[in-house]
Amino acid sequence: MKAPLVRIKGLNVAFDGAPAVRGVDLAVHPGEALGLVGESGSGKSVTWLAALRLLPGKAAVQGRVTLDGRDLLSLPTPEMERIRGGRIGIIFQDPSSALNPVLTIRRQISEVLALHRGLSGSAIRAEAKRLLDLVGMPDAEGRLNSYPHEMSGGQNQRVMIAMALAGQPDLLVADEPTTALDVTIQAQILDLLQLIRREMGMALVLISHDLGVVAENCDRVAVMYAGRIVESGPAAALFDAPRHPYARGLIDALPTLEDTRRLAAIPGVVPDPRDMPRGCAFGPRCAHAGPECLLDSPPLRAVAPGRRLACARPDLDLTPARPTPAPHLAEVTS
Amino acid sequence: MSALLDLHDIARSYVTRKGLFGQRKLVRAVDGISLTVNPGETLGIVGESGSGKSTLGRMALGLETPDEGHVTFDGAPMPSHGTPAWRALRRQMQMVFQDPLGALDRRLPVIEQIIEPLIIHGIDGDHRRAGLTALSAVGLSADHGLRYPHELSGGQRQRVVIARALITDPRLLVCDEPVSALDVSIQAQVVNLLIDLQAARGLGMVFISHDLRVVRQIAARVAVMYLGRVVEEAAATDLFRAPQHPYTRALVSAAPSPGPRRIERVILTGEPPNPAARPTGCAFHPRCPVALPRCRTEAPALSRIAPGHAAACHLLSPAAKVAAR
Ligand SMILES: Nc1ncnc2c1ncn2[C@@H]1O[C@H](COP(=O)(O)OP(=O)(O)OP(=O)(O)O)[C@@H](O)[C@H]1O
Ligand SMILES: Nc1ncnc2c1ncn2[C@@H]1O[C@H](COP(=O)(O)OP(=O)(O)OP(=O)(O)O)[C@@H](O)[C@H]1O
Ligand SMILES: [Mg+2]
Ligand SMILES: [Mg+2]
Repeated sequence: MKAPLVRIKGLNVAFDGAPAVRGVDLAVHPGEALGLVGESGSGKSVTWLAALRLLPGKAAVQGRVTLDGRDLLSLPTPEMERIRGGRIGIIFQDPSSALNPVLTIRRQISEVLALHRGLSGSAIRAEAKRLLDLVGMPDAEGRLNSYPHEMSGGQNQRVMIAMALAGQPDLLVADEPTTALDVTIQAQILDLLQLIRREMGMALVLISHDLGVVAENCDRVAVMYAGRIVESGPAAALFDAPRHPYARGLIDALPTLEDTRRLAAIPGVVPDPRDMPRGCAFGPRCAHAGPECLLDSPPLRAVAPGRRLACARPDLDLTPARPTPAPHLAEVTS
Repeated sequence: MSALLDLHDIARSYVTRKGLFGQRKLVRAVDGISLTVNPGETLGIVGESGSGKSTLGRMALGLETPDEGHVTFDGAPMPSHGTPAWRALRRQMQMVFQDPLGALDRRLPVIEQIIEPLIIHGIDGDHRRAGLTALSAVGLSADHGLRYPHELSGGQRQRVVIARALITDPRLLVCDEPVSALDVSIQAQVVNLLIDLQAARGLGMVFISHDLRVVRQIAARVAVMYLGRVVEEAAATDLFRAPQHPYTRALVSAAPSPGPRRIERVILTGEPPNPAARPTGCAFHPRCPVALPRCRTEAPALSRIAPGHAAACHLLSPAAKVAAR
């Protein structure tokens, strides 16, 4: 296999002593689309914010993050700033924080182009328009003079993608890039990202809580729970036959358009980072937990070619939940 | 059987100010919609942001009065918002919103908020016991009842809101994006709960959501809205298996899913609809992959295309089908 573009090794992040990311190992290869899924608070955003050194000072970060073998966590700040928005583009989860409300779109894209591509004058103007055309913005020339509040959510999302692509990145980290958008616009934007990725040979990390979105847009998937990766593998294989009870649970809980089987809820809630359960963090919610699950937090191990699993009981039979026909008043525990 | 809720050709406009000089502009948020909900039936409403779903939900409960058309509840005209007649009816129709934290008072233990409607509506009886029953009906313990909203998870909070909505034993429940803010695992708990409660109590329900996959689970019938109008209405099974309107087809085909898809993907081009600048003719025509010249000038009426299945599209009218043959 080719050397990874970005490799995260033993990444730990804590806020005021509360662990948010607990020993994450992750590699992104050139040109691949990697999906990161998991419930809210599982550490998806913090993993990449830490890797790109975008967390506030109070965050305690440990571990190694390399880009083509160079350690990013120990890089001098100016060099890191060139990488961010340059070789690694970012689309943030919170769109309002990413665009400056008092600057025109032209100003914001131009700044990126000047900083990361060293362009100036008419070259900037032409490239800014080309980028907006690339992301499918109608009337690109006119839109360059607009302010963020004059545009729809979908249009602002396109501007953010254009800005993230301005530095011609080798990797684009997209954190919930379409969550706030309508389904048809979401499909449009994800389609666009795929097209651009293939054309530019760019790698993509797609962070999403929607398994459907990740399944359709990624080659490989990593499932996070309580600050750890609990399973990873090729998208199709993982969704077809997940090996971790949490991954199975997420898939069974997802409603589909195909049928109306009773949804299988995962009982309970994610643990409080200040009060982690002993052993496997998923143990208290796991239907398959045994005594061995209380001992240690299971490490992420290779279980098949390309597949890794962090479970003390790696050989469980996790056949899909059978449809429950008659509706009944279920006692929901949590 | 008479309908529990009947919306008859209702419309509602808002005045919005746009631009530096505050030009007043009229936005027709709901533009002539007729729908019915029978007792024990769940009607799903889907559509893009700004298509008028929430406005429709508010009119269904009499929280807002339509500018045109009328609403009847249980065969009688909906009284105006705030009148004694409306307040008397209120215990029979309840609402659940997207944001449970916003709907709850953070200074009060949740059990007190659950029994609040009993006090408001002057319903006698053992309120504490009713509260405990309501808690257990939504899968929460007495201990949960003593907690404050911020001491509960998002899913638990939404269950508190549902418990409060159901304590007056309403006959109609309007849910506006009730699970949109929740993680899938928690969302499944709340969806199952709503399905069970609905079946057990024979509630009439209006379930508004932009997530088709959730609507599929819960609704027997579905209406698809686009810029204030219903563009398609059918039994959920038919609508999701064989969507007819080009917009519905795009919507259904775009729903992300880990499994294989049955309908070929339609990626729309163009801009999301803007309620303040409604296109002429069929409002969907600028994004429609199969639009005809006629669609730009003439708005199609919602008409029956099969038993129990209606759509508003020139290409689907019986005349168009004959011409195509
Ligand atoms: N700046 C911060 N200060 C303190 N705690 C933080 C901060 N940012 C994140 N956390 C905590 O770190 C944990 C992981 O958060 P993160 O944002 O990575 O979750 P996520 O998986 O991205 O969730 P979501 O799906 O909601 O975006 C959470 O418990 C969160 O409360
Ligand atoms: N109180 C109001 N005053 C002015 N305009 C309003 C008001 N309520 C709604 N609108 C407008 O009416 C239109 C329909 O809004 P509505 O909230 O019903 O849409 P929706 O389908 O519920 O959208 P969403 O999916 O975003 O919740 C929008 O253009 C909205 O801006
Ligand atoms: Mg996040
Ligand atoms: Mg709404």
